[in-house]
Amino acid sequence: MDFVTLVQQLINGLSLGSLYALIAIGYTMVYGILRLINFAHGDLIMVSAYVAVMGIGLWSWPWPWAFALALGLTGLLGVLLERGAYRPLRRAPRISLLISAIAASFLLENLALVVAGGRPKPFPTPTWFTGVICEGGLFIPRLSLVIPTLTLLLLLMLFILVYRTQVGRAMRAIAYNLETTSLMGIDVNRVIAVTFLLGSLLAGAGGLLWAMKYPQVNPFMGILPGLKAFIAAVLGGIGNLLGAVLGGLLLGLLEILLVAFFPAAAGYRDALAFVLLILILLARPTGLLGERLGEEKL
Amino acid sequence: MGALLILALGLWGAGRFASEYQVRLLNNMAVFITLAVSYNLINGVCGQLHLGPNAFIAVGAYTAALLTLSPEGKQAIFLIDPLIWPLSKLTLPFPVALLAGGLTAAFAGLVTGFPVFRFRGDYLAIVTLGFGEVVRVLANTLQGVTNGPLGLKGLQPYTTLTWSWGVAVFTVAVVMSLAKSGYGCALKAIREDETAARAMGVDTFRHLMLAYVLSAFFMGVGGGLLAHLITTISPSLFTFFLTFNLLIIIVVGGLGSTTGAVVSAIVFTLAGEWLRVIEEPHQILGLTFPGIPGLRMVIFSALLLFTILFFRRGLLDRSEFSWEAVGNLCRRWHNSKKNQQNSL
Repeated sequence: MDFVTLVQQLINGLSLGSLYALIAIGYTMVYGILRLINFAHGDLIMVSAYVAVMGIGLWSWPWPWAFALALGLTGLLGVLLERGAYRPLRRAPRISLLISAIAASFLLENLALVVAGGRPKPFPTPTWFTGVICEGGLFIPRLSLVIPTLTLLLLLMLFILVYRTQVGRAMRAIAYNLETTSLMGIDVNRVIAVTFLLGSLLAGAGGLLWAMKYPQVNPFMGILPGLKAFIAAVLGGIGNLLGAVLGGLLLGLLEILLVAFFPAAAGYRDALAFVLLILILLARPTGLLGERLGEEKL
Repeated sequence: MGALLILALGLWGAGRFASEYQVRLLNNMAVFITLAVSYNLINGVCGQLHLGPNAFIAVGAYTAALLTLSPEGKQAIFLIDPLIWPLSKLTLPFPVALLAGGLTAAFAGLVTGFPVFRFRGDYLAIVTLGFGEVVRVLANTLQGVTNGPLGLKGLQPYTTLTWSWGVAVFTVAVVMSLAKSGYGCALKAIREDETAARAMGVDTFRHLMLAYVLSAFFMGVGGGLLAHLITTISPSLFTFFLTFNLLIIIVVGGLGSTTGAVVSAIVFTLAGEWLRVIEEPHQILGLTFPGIPGLRMVIFSALLLFTILFFRRGLLDRSEFSWEAVGNLCRRWHNSKKNQQNSL
């Protein structure tokens, strides 16, 4: 393994890792506020990709319009999901909420299966994103540069929103204590809806980028990235935005490096995330950047 | 006892007069009853959201299948990598293979139980989900044992009505008596309030572990039955989809109710067949409606969502079937009739 190959693999890992990070943010935001694993979050990736395929392929829109529509619809769907499947159960036992999330996820997948059919569709990647830069033996697809840059940009915006605005403060307050926040005169439902909107928008962006990286769209494409992004969020310390980014990057790099250094173990790539999850949880249950668990979180 | 007799008589009749399709449906039902009831032991009785039954079903199915296949049959299907040594020469009778499948699954439960029960709630769910995924990945990559994505073919259809329903009845009996015993009470106490249960001196880890290993055993046996019912297994059979189906069954039946799980498994199997109709093209009033493939799963997932949102307790809540309850119902009905007559 020479230096150039290593750099090459690191770049690949970085682009995969930023995708995980982008999706993991949505999980971590929802978990921080509602203590809910939003299983349907991964399927938003799929919805976003399908909407873009329809926009570009079926109605032959220019890609920025199609992408905007995909983002908008995904965000809206996230809010609807919270409204329909999670809000009625906010006071119910946690197990009901989880089952509801799983049911919502399967409903989305199977609806997509009925509407779009089971055959995978090619993703019409806009030419703006294609192309390869060859430099000194390195082989860098343009997309591998676009993904981390865009991720960085989106995360920057998110951080400003969460840490510098009134809504962001309300979000953090709810994450700390929902009851008390509602007593302070904050419209908790609205803030939670905003949280879902933001998380879903990021998932939508992640879905578009994912579909361009792996240009094949099928109704179940969101499951694995979703699960891995969730694991990334746990890895970094769930509920912690920076942790989700860190966990995503770490998981992406590890996966790529595993395949690069041990090609024989490539089949185990999908199991790596789960093994890592179990090890991290056993050694450090709150993740890398997680704070010590309080009473109620146990 | 009476119910058992009726069941035995019904099965005897079915074995003699029912068509092949009906027998198959009955077998399917029994296997799903076994799986759902043992799954319900963890999710309903102990109140822990366990999302990895597909792992144990897969382990049981592969073990049982590898043990019943003849050496020639194994040689014929293991094209890429030959099967590893002791398994390649071994052939055992079906009951022993089933038992071995159950025991291997129970062992897998024992090994995974240690990390699993250090977590609760969401983390437990995601870790068990992870085990399901890891087992699927292993089944795909361990060519020398599982034949990889090709799976195992040509199993003998050993699963007869006697075997499937025998196992189902046995599972129901064991799970029900366990739920009624002191152990069961302790498990329910853990479900309601774990801290309080521990304060009362319940060793939560040991209790949960026992239930988990027992449920893994029955899932393994159920997996063995399933393998010899459909006679072909491959890793794609044991995805999260299988877990999801079981989850629907026990939630709709009422988490924690064994009777609910049984009834729900029967209804689910039948509904899966009846709903085939909507996926086929139809002619109504001279107009041809194309069938919509995949609509069944949409209905099932919508049903699960609906149940959890509006009937969180499911069909039967946590109540169980008993002859006394039936008697009470009859008496009440009788009385109300009498009252009506009196008022007239």
